[in-house]
Amino acid sequence: MKNFSLLRPRSLDEARKALVDGAPKAAPRGAGLDILDHLKEGLPAPDALVELRRIEGETGLSLRAATAGADGLELGALSTLSQLAESPILSGPYAALAEAAGQAATPSIRNMATLGGNLLQRPRCWYYRDRELVCLKKGGDLCLAISGDNRYHAILGGGPAFYVHPSSLATPAMALDARVRIHGESPREMPLDELFVGPAEDPSREHRLAPGEVLTHLILPTPEAGARSAYFALREKQSHDWPLVEAAVALRLEGGTIRHARIVLGHVAPLPWRASEAEAKLVGQKPSVELFARTAELALAPARPMTGNAYKVPAARGALRHALHRASGLELPA
Amino acid sequence: MPTQLLRLRVNGRHEEVAAPTHWTLLELLRYRLDLIGSKQGCDKGDCGACTVQIDGRPVLACLTLAAKAETREVTTVEGLGFMGGAEGCHPLQDAFDRWDAAQCGFCTPGILMSAEALIRRLGRPVTRDEVRDALAGNLCRCTGYTKILDAIVDASERIHDAGEAASA
Ligand SMILES: Cc1cc2nc3c(=O)[nH]c(=O)nc-3n(C[C@H](O)[C@H](O)[C@H](O)COP(=O)(O)OP(=O)(O)OC[C@H]3O[C@@H](n4cnc5c(N)ncnc54)[C@H](O)[C@@H]3O)c2cc1C
Ligand code: FES
Ligand code: FES
Repeated sequence: MKNFSLLRPRSLDEARKALVDGAPKAAPRGAGLDILDHLKEGLPAPDALVELRRIEGETGLSLRAATAGADGLELGALSTLSQLAESPILSGPYAALAEAAGQAATPSIRNMATLGGNLLQRPRCWYYRDRELVCLKKGGDLCLAISGDNRYHAILGGGPAFYVHPSSLATPAMALDARVRIHGESPREMPLDELFVGPAEDPSREHRLAPGEVLTHLILPTPEAGARSAYFALREKQSHDWPLVEAAVALRLEGGTIRHARIVLGHVAPLPWRASEAEAKLVGQKPSVELFARTAELALAPARPMTGNAYKVPAARGALRHALHRASGLELPA
Repeated sequence: MPTQLLRLRVNGRHEEVAAPTHWTLLELLRYRLDLIGSKQGCDKGDCGACTVQIDGRPVLACLTLAAKAETREVTTVEGLGFMGGAEGCHPLQDAFDRWDAAQCGFCTPGILMSAEALIRRLGRPVTRDEVRDALAGNLCRCTGYTKILDAIVDASERIHDAGEAASA
């Protein structure tokens, strides 16, 4: 494994300083799972890891805590996936996030992996992860999935690169309208979807944090009465695998009528994929099997499968129908 | 190579060891402390053969920096015998023996550490489904898992019965 130094700042400001001084070869460490993979596999990796876990005091505590604040629920970036999956606060309207956290990876990985690291992990595309290959993401001139084995690649929004966004938590978090809080030159917040960068804008990165910036919290806005959410993922194996496709749905019903809907599909596009047109068609309607089947058709209508991943279109439709039915409480017909 | 001095507790013993900063906990255990029970299988989070407990929770030693274990309580399969079994043999180890739950044995240390955490967390006899969920990160190429599930359920019942008898 490539060597590196490990810095242990005691405050966010110290962390920022270490990151700015070491830029661009210093990176914050959550649990370090994805960073270690890069170091071991000979992929582009930092020379200095800035440990976030030694940050002390109230800030340190809040980085690991889930607290109900004025703007909604604040989840610390160092919370582990197990913590999120088991958190009693993440029930009801927030259930989709806990469900995704509880299904990702394996139990021992969930005991380690952090929320921040999960959102900011690098894609799993096997061309990107192969140290011998220079794909578009690593400064080459072509996405190798185009003429290669693209069974796990994008069916929506791809180009010029066709990797899919790896984070299982980003999908429900976006459906729940999450924002992120960032510690940088001055503290700032932005909607989660604005944090992510697609390959058309810049194929070499997936998020727009500047060197020195640390993601400190994910904020889930307080939902209105009648809000609920659900998550559904399809995997080749029940554990160990990243999803083939996943769907997260947030709905608000009033007197049996849908008043608000947000649909996000995961592992189908280089960004968590918002199906806005399909959402709009749900509003004002009453949940029904037909409505949800039509919604799933509409959400996947823009899909352009590659040579090896056409199966993802019906798979994503199915995942979305599951999530819609679970969120609305309407039984899915066998 | 930059090294660091680490202080940690491993299987109840205080250890002070010098190791390169970039070493994983698995490397520290195997190559500095001679605790070779935890296995280096895939070395990337796929197999679970390196599963140990930190502060009682199962984690993957191959993806844990040694530095991260500093000041924490690490338990490996070598420490299992001290965790409530008579004469150095944990009821789980005894059950694995009686049920022939190990063949090549490569996966066994990791599975024992995942299983022990489950039984302790639930504090009652466990079901096969609960064991399946808890072992979702531990691969076994040999047994087909059936006997592993049998052994863990059996051990959890015996641990529970022993607890009842002790408190009666
Ligand atoms: C076998 C296996 C199966 C898996 N299956 C899934 C799955 O189904 N779904 C899924 O979503 N994931 C899955 N994963 C991936 C796993 O969830 C991620 O590797 C993990 O969440 C990364 O978290 P971390 O804390 O270790 O991140 P790290 O490795 O510490 O960090 C990842 C990146 O984010 C940066 N970073 C971390 N924290 C911050 C912060 N607070 N601010 C700014 N930058 C930061 C780091 O610098 C680094 O670039 C799987 C992994 C394995 C090994
Ligand atoms: S060696 Fe750690 S998971 Fe395989
Ligand atoms: S007994 Fe051989 S891998 Fe499980």
